[in-house]
Amino acid sequence: MALVSDAISHAVLPGIVLAFLFSGSRDSLTMVVGAGILGLLTTFLIEFFHKKAKLQSDAAIGVVFTWLFAIGVVLISLFAGKVDLDQDCVLYGEIAYTPLDMIILENGNLLAPKAVVVMTSVLLIIGIIITLFYKELLLTSFDPGYATAIGFSTAFWHYLLMGMVSATTVASFESVGAILVVALLIVPPATAYLLTDNFKRMLWLSSLIGVIASASGYYLAVWMDGSIAAAIATMSGVLFAGAFVFSPTHGLLKRKLVRAMN
Amino acid sequence: MSSFTEFFSFADPNVRYVTIGAVLITASSALVGTFTFLNKKSLLGDAIAHAVLPGICLGFLLSGTKNPLYLILGAFVTGWLSLYAIQYITTKSRIKEDTAIGLILSVFFGFGILLLTYIQKSGNANQSGLDHFLFGKAASMVAADIITFSVVAVCLMTLTLLFFKEFTLMVFDRNYAVALGLPVKKLELLLTSMIVLAVVVGIQAVGVVLMAAVLITPAAVARFWTNSIRIMFVVAAITGAFSGLAGAYISYTAPSMPTGPWIVIVISTLALASFLLAPTKGVLNRFLKQRRFRRTIQDENVLKVLYQLGEGSKNFYIHRYAEEIIRKRNFNKQSLMRSIQRLCRQGYLEKSGELCSLTEEGKNRAKRVVKIHRLWELYLTTHVNIAPDHVHEDADTIEHFLTPELEADLERILNYPVVDPHKAEIPY
Amino acid sequence: MEAVNAVKAPALEVHDLTVAFDRKPVLWNIDLEIPQGKLVGIIGPNGAGKSTLIKSIMGLLPLSSGYCKLFDESIDKVRHRISYVPQRESVDWDFPVSVLDVVMMGRYGKLGLLKRPRQADIDVAMDCLKKVGMESFANRQIAQLSGGQQQRTFLARALAQQADIYFMDEPFAGVDAATEKAIISLLRTMTANNKTVIVVHHDLQSVSTYFDWVILLNTRLVAYGPTERIFTQEKLQETYGGKLTLLSDVGDLIRRENFPNRE
Repeated sequence: MALVSDAISHAVLPGIVLAFLFSGSRDSLTMVVGAGILGLLTTFLIEFFHKKAKLQSDAAIGVVFTWLFAIGVVLISLFAGKVDLDQDCVLYGEIAYTPLDMIILENGNLLAPKAVVVMTSVLLIIGIIITLFYKELLLTSFDPGYATAIGFSTAFWHYLLMGMVSATTVASFESVGAILVVALLIVPPATAYLLTDNFKRMLWLSSLIGVIASASGYYLAVWMDGSIAAAIATMSGVLFAGAFVFSPTHGLLKRKLVRAMN
Repeated sequence: MSSFTEFFSFADPNVRYVTIGAVLITASSALVGTFTFLNKKSLLGDAIAHAVLPGICLGFLLSGTKNPLYLILGAFVTGWLSLYAIQYITTKSRIKEDTAIGLILSVFFGFGILLLTYIQKSGNANQSGLDHFLFGKAASMVAADIITFSVVAVCLMTLTLLFFKEFTLMVFDRNYAVALGLPVKKLELLLTSMIVLAVVVGIQAVGVVLMAAVLITPAAVARFWTNSIRIMFVVAAITGAFSGLAGAYISYTAPSMPTGPWIVIVISTLALASFLLAPTKGVLNRFLKQRRFRRTIQDENVLKVLYQLGEGSKNFYIHRYAEEIIRKRNFNKQSLMRSIQRLCRQGYLEKSGELCSLTEEGKNRAKRVVKIHRLWELYLTTHVNIAPDHVHEDADTIEHFLTPELEADLERILNYPVVDPHKAEIPY
Repeated sequence: MEAVNAVKAPALEVHDLTVAFDRKPVLWNIDLEIPQGKLVGIIGPNGAGKSTLIKSIMGLLPLSSGYCKLFDESIDKVRHRISYVPQRESVDWDFPVSVLDVVMMGRYGKLGLLKRPRQADIDVAMDCLKKVGMESFANRQIAQLSGGQQQRTFLARALAQQADIYFMDEPFAGVDAATEKAIISLLRTMTANNKTVIVVHHDLQSVSTYFDWVILLNTRLVAYGPTERIFTQEKLQETYGGKLTLLSDVGDLIRRENFPNRE
């Protein structure tokens, strides 16, 4: 499933641009809706190409997301004057500017950066969904056949999950860009997967790894004077490499040691 | 229209460069991509496309120049490294291949962007233009680029031709290729190098993100139109070349339009159109065929009813009203009338006023349908152990489709029986 | 009690079932009826449609024609009475869950939305683990299990559902002899308590000792009924004596030409 989320994160672009044109501002709600629709459409199109057109699944993913992304880029150039987005922002976001876009209360006081508010609400919503539907999400991702057999709608939970991916993507879009969000979606869980065998612990651990990657990435970016989002992606890669080699349960070293002892 | 002739006269050298460059890149990428497509590794191309970015930046940082040789060298190194890392992670840990691809892709790309922003802010005067690799710069290609592209394109095409049968076998059945004694490891190395090469030049035209489309979408298009691997390669290359040309033309007529994304939109539209319109595999064709089948079934059912009505009196040529047919089998009146018209046109029925009857030809066709129906019912009961009261429905569809060969088989297997399980006589 | 038993609905009724992949029928007009409380083996060569049969009964595959009834009801009305043990390879055994987590999944169907498992559910799960002799492995990660232990875990999950009919897809594939013996005696106690167990089975040697009833399958239904009556040399010959060429030729024809089959 990792690559479907990769595809979604690319393919929401036209949704964001259209939402932009539609609302005329960076109104977060319209953008989330626009991206959400595109995210579900992507999932649907991939399945459609795979099942109806009998295109192999890897190619279906590749064809769909490049197509939608290309449409997004063209839309940006088409409405370059009207849309306050540029191509670089699409790729790697502008997290450094988040403090500039503040929510201003009626009495003129600054509340908080808008991105912070948006991301906090997305985090809360996702947290709530995972807590409430923990067992359904666990069951349908572990054993979809059995889940269907005992009466769970695999399709519904699949689309809910993909909807959450789309929401995260669009919420992180301004800050880290459409592509680097993939690093944040895939790398921390993969790292946590190497560190624990417990599903709940894996959920917590991957958030923690995400936090560490962000914090250390920020300092790396300041030190190198480079893109913050890119540095976060780099740091998450470094953390993964660390876990890959040194993990006490599944690390390369541990495996070598076990082999040497036998 | 004038812009059309202007463009295709290729008088403007800029137009010439852009067009030739785009066509060369898309056509040769399509060739190489067809192998990755057939190998079910479509997304590896995507991973490589993202992973060459840090290499390009490192090449620039280490050499201090934008000499394409260093950049391509750097791209080659990290492109290769990413492939190796994906393979290493998948074999040495419990992480699955798709996760490994997404992981390596995003981390390498993130590192590349980090280096790129670092270079941009370091104030190196040489750096401008490196970001072309992100979105491509097809519209600003110059003569020197075209030379590089031509060399690479010719290399890729020659290699594809030279090792065509080896690659085909390897992609189709790797183990057999090993067993035959082909140097599979070396061939794989060669093929992946070709992909990396195609990516390195290709991203200059369409950019990192859309490179995957240039590699695999032409192959997906071609797959809809043919079952022959050779024709598939030709179609893929033509599709690629056409979209390169179209992309160049669109961005020529509307200069604010980026070439790369338009190339991808053109290929994707072709893919969608193929999916809808392609012969045999296309959705439209399947739909039409289904409709034809349904008509045939209905027409034959009308003939069958007339035949069955005639069986009682042993006279098959009695003229009957449509109502009589409906009483025997529930047809929709309008579609029945259409069927009768069609059958009259084809000479299976004769009409006189409101009445119609079977012709000689019509009777024979109906007889065959009835015969197959009853033979199949018998076959299902004697050979497939299905209860006699459950065989009718199945026979009702099979009777319309059975080929003459299978019909003969059926007669032979059952040894020309006289009656069906319901004691109805089987007509020969 | 006697009176109830006399009018007892069949555990499973399959009527005129046809299932097609890519339009080619892999099961052709299957008709059968299984009474409650039997241990039933589905026997047939590779590719005969054994797994397809139970998957289509469970509603995991679309039917081309026909219907299935369980306890005289459609599947969706009685899902809580039905349990399923998929093939072992159908899941990723590297998934980060413990043995107890997997067994707890058997309780999910009964819990409903928004409800968390209670102590009572954990007790049931532990009890089921005990029945399959896995209680000491409850907190073990599933990747560390042997094939036989994985199969026992799946079985415990199915038991935790406390269903009335159990469908098991090759529960003996790749398990050791001790596990196989333990499983079969467990299945026997289940059927003694009037549970119905339907098992896809491969090994012809053990059929007559294991099963009360057999279903002989090879694309079409060859025969079904009590083992001693049905499991004969002659019927086996018919099941394993190669495919019916004409039947599979017609199937190929339907797929190749995309004929509308029963729509």
